[in-house]
Amino acid sequence: MNTPIAMPVSSKKPHDVQKEDAMWLQKELINKNYMELATARTNNRKVSATFVPGNLNELLMCFDFARSLPETNALQNGMRKKSGKFVMDAERDGQSEDVCTYVKADLGMMMGGEIGPTGDVLPRPDILLLSYTGCFTFMKWFELIRHKYGCETVMLHVPYQGEGKVAPNMRDYVVRQLKETVIPTLERVSGIKFDIDRLRQYMRESVKAEEHLVNVLQSAKKRPSPIDGYFGAVYYIGPIFTAFRGTPEATEFYRVLDSEIEQRVRAGLGPITPEGEMGEEKYRLVVEGPPNWTHFRDFWKMFYDEGAVVVASTYAKVGGLYDFGFRHDPEHPLESLAEYCLGCYTNLNLPSRVEMICKYIDEYQADGLLINSIKSCNSFSAGQLLMMREVEKRTGKPAAFIETDLVDPRYFSAANVKNRLESYFQMVKAKRGAGAGVAAAAAAGLTGSAGKIIPIAAH
Amino acid sequence: MDNTPKVLQVVQRCEALFEDLHFNAVKEWKAAAPGRKAIGYMPVYVPRELIHAAGMLPVGILGGGDALEVIQGDAYYQSYICRIPRSTIELGLTGRLDVLDGMLFPSICDVIRNLSGMWQMLFKDKYVRYIDVPQNYQDEVGGRFYIEEMQILREDLARLAGRPITDDDLNRSIAVYNDNRTAIRDLYAYRAAKPWQAPTSEVYLVLRAGMVLPVEEHTVLVREYLAAAELLQRAKRDNARVVLTGGFCEQPPLALIKSIEMAGCYVVDDDFMLITRWLLDEVPADANPLQELSRAFLHRSASTAAKYDATREEKGVFLMKQVKTRGAEGVIFAAPSFCDPALLERPMLQDVLSKHGIPHTAFKYAENTGQMAPIREQAGTFADSIKLWNAA
Repeated sequence: MNTPIAMPVSSKKPHDVQKEDAMWLQKELINKNYMELATARTNNRKVSATFVPGNLNELLMCFDFARSLPETNALQNGMRKKSGKFVMDAERDGQSEDVCTYVKADLGMMMGGEIGPTGDVLPRPDILLLSYTGCFTFMKWFELIRHKYGCETVMLHVPYQGEGKVAPNMRDYVVRQLKETVIPTLERVSGIKFDIDRLRQYMRESVKAEEHLVNVLQSAKKRPSPIDGYFGAVYYIGPIFTAFRGTPEATEFYRVLDSEIEQRVRAGLGPITPEGEMGEEKYRLVVEGPPNWTHFRDFWKMFYDEGAVVVASTYAKVGGLYDFGFRHDPEHPLESLAEYCLGCYTNLNLPSRVEMICKYIDEYQADGLLINSIKSCNSFSAGQLLMMREVEKRTGKPAAFIETDLVDPRYFSAANVKNRLESYFQMVKAKRGAGAGVAAAAAAGLTGSAGKIIPIAAH
Repeated sequence: MDNTPKVLQVVQRCEALFEDLHFNAVKEWKAAAPGRKAIGYMPVYVPRELIHAAGMLPVGILGGGDALEVIQGDAYYQSYICRIPRSTIELGLTGRLDVLDGMLFPSICDVIRNLSGMWQMLFKDKYVRYIDVPQNYQDEVGGRFYIEEMQILREDLARLAGRPITDDDLNRSIAVYNDNRTAIRDLYAYRAAKPWQAPTSEVYLVLRAGMVLPVEEHTVLVREYLAAAELLQRAKRDNARVVLTGGFCEQPPLALIKSIEMAGCYVVDDDFMLITRWLLDEVPADANPLQELSRAFLHRSASTAAKYDATREEKGVFLMKQVKTRGAEGVIFAAPSFCDPALLERPMLQDVLSKHGIPHTAFKYAENTGQMAPIREQAGTFADSIKLWNAA
């Protein structure tokens, strides 16, 4: 049976950083998973590693695996200022300076004795479940780990939504792989027979957590938004995108979070920032792209200091896209796992991504789009400049573009990012003012075709 | 009378095709009969037999090279993304690809994958399809998916052609491509046997011609080159025999290939235009065509960084086979800057080579790299070191 994970009791909070209760809880859940990994060998548990987009957590739990997620390890190391050395160690070991820094941070960590973000030694995985949803680099990443450490790999090839939809043959292909390759391999490695009813049970829990998560993310449609849908959402998505989806602990976490956010809505409060309640909500933004992790707090501060709140982000959909209706379906478990993998954000084609962003701008009444373009991540980044133009064209809202990296501190230039953001906020203000001017003029009957607003250059 | 040796005449023709960024050969082919259509494809592999069977011309699009001034294309990409998508966009936006009725984007990496979506947004009147190939190699799993994907492409192309594509059409096309594959296998075998007679700078151009010519014509051209190459005796040098690998997508400038050769290397195998050699042997042309194409892909195809190796033991096997069967003394890794697949694959391949005692060196390029001196020096040092080791 799966080892039950006890709900952690919230520990005493340090005074210098402000977080919602759920954020503290989230941190403890994540740390608890690291402890599970660190003690897996002592507890005679097998260890799996898999990626966040398209992770099959419910399935892995059916085989009692302790579950590691390498991107999470890399980003946690990034937030804890450890990743820079790991990246350089991997480069000294032959990795190119051009390639993904998540990969290099992970390889560097393994080279350094596999000491995880919490300081505990992480066990070498018994199985690498290579579900490379939306990212080719995942394939190379696990091939590299396999090559260096001899870990067994099992592939789950998730076809890309090139036509902007999931065709039946794509779903069937994923299901066939689950039945013919993935499940038999997991059975063999774990020594545990697959029980589909156990999978169903986990999926019932997943659905509850997913409902709560959607409520939380969509609360940002309110004014003021009670959450930050990017920086804050990183904490919210942690459990469900990693080793906890399908557990009662995750359901409880999202129930607590949902009710906490509901209270904030009732009280008319904005988001909690690391420095306390955010002040007046001046700008509402949609953000595309992952955050920078090495300077996460500094980056966030650049927003809340200016009264900017992110009301929706595509990154918060990278490990599962739930806000357009998808839920895990216990009645069709394998098909549902396939749909989940196929639907993750980076598996959408560019027109679908543009469509989604435009919808967010409209539904969340955003002032514009900000793209944080990540050097490491071609899956997100290639094509973003066209996406930006297309969104501007369709919505008439200003967009801006900044460049950082995931976990390589050498690629975060605080001054440049801050300058760019400040200019962008001014642009949003100017555009808003111009819009108000036109609206006033229109109300006064002063505008004809000559009253058209000329879009302000965004970059 | 033209006294230029026949082999050089063939090469000159290929070079003219290579330099023509307006795809006049394709325009001429289309103009020769009403209603003809051409379909572009990017590296590494698409089943060209389907396009051919629809009566259309498959056209390989490999970026703009070093002769194209990229102005608009750069505005679509950050500095840390490779060159091939930006020059391809440039080709599209400047009307050079108007001659194409559609574009296929194979699953090679995230950049080319996303370019398929950009193409959908930028060229709305064109047929665009992302070609997903299986990373699961079981007939009943990945094979079924691949056959279904090919069937969708077949139906799409039939709609464009205005007529169905029958199994007989497909089998005829498979036979035509089998012939081309045989010719190219002969070309590669000849170059490995006598690299001084068939320099890679020429073999490369002969292959490139196959990106724009009808396959039947290209097969004739390859055989013409082979026959003519044998007629002109050239000096044999004491060069190092190397496999050149990593250039399976964005292409190096021709000058780079020449520089490597001038530095004292005979390139005896490579991974340029792998589509011409992807299927390793004859595909049966008298059975269920999609099934046979699928089987060939799953079980008898080349290897590259974009393709998953199901086990650790398979890593580097294809490259080692290139080294052994071609009698290579070393490997040069030449990968485009910011090419995730090639650059992430490289350390694993280097490790395999080191374990087998095969010398190797590595550098990066871009399709518009202009400075060849450092590459010549590095390749020259590598060739010298091979010769010294061999002597010792």
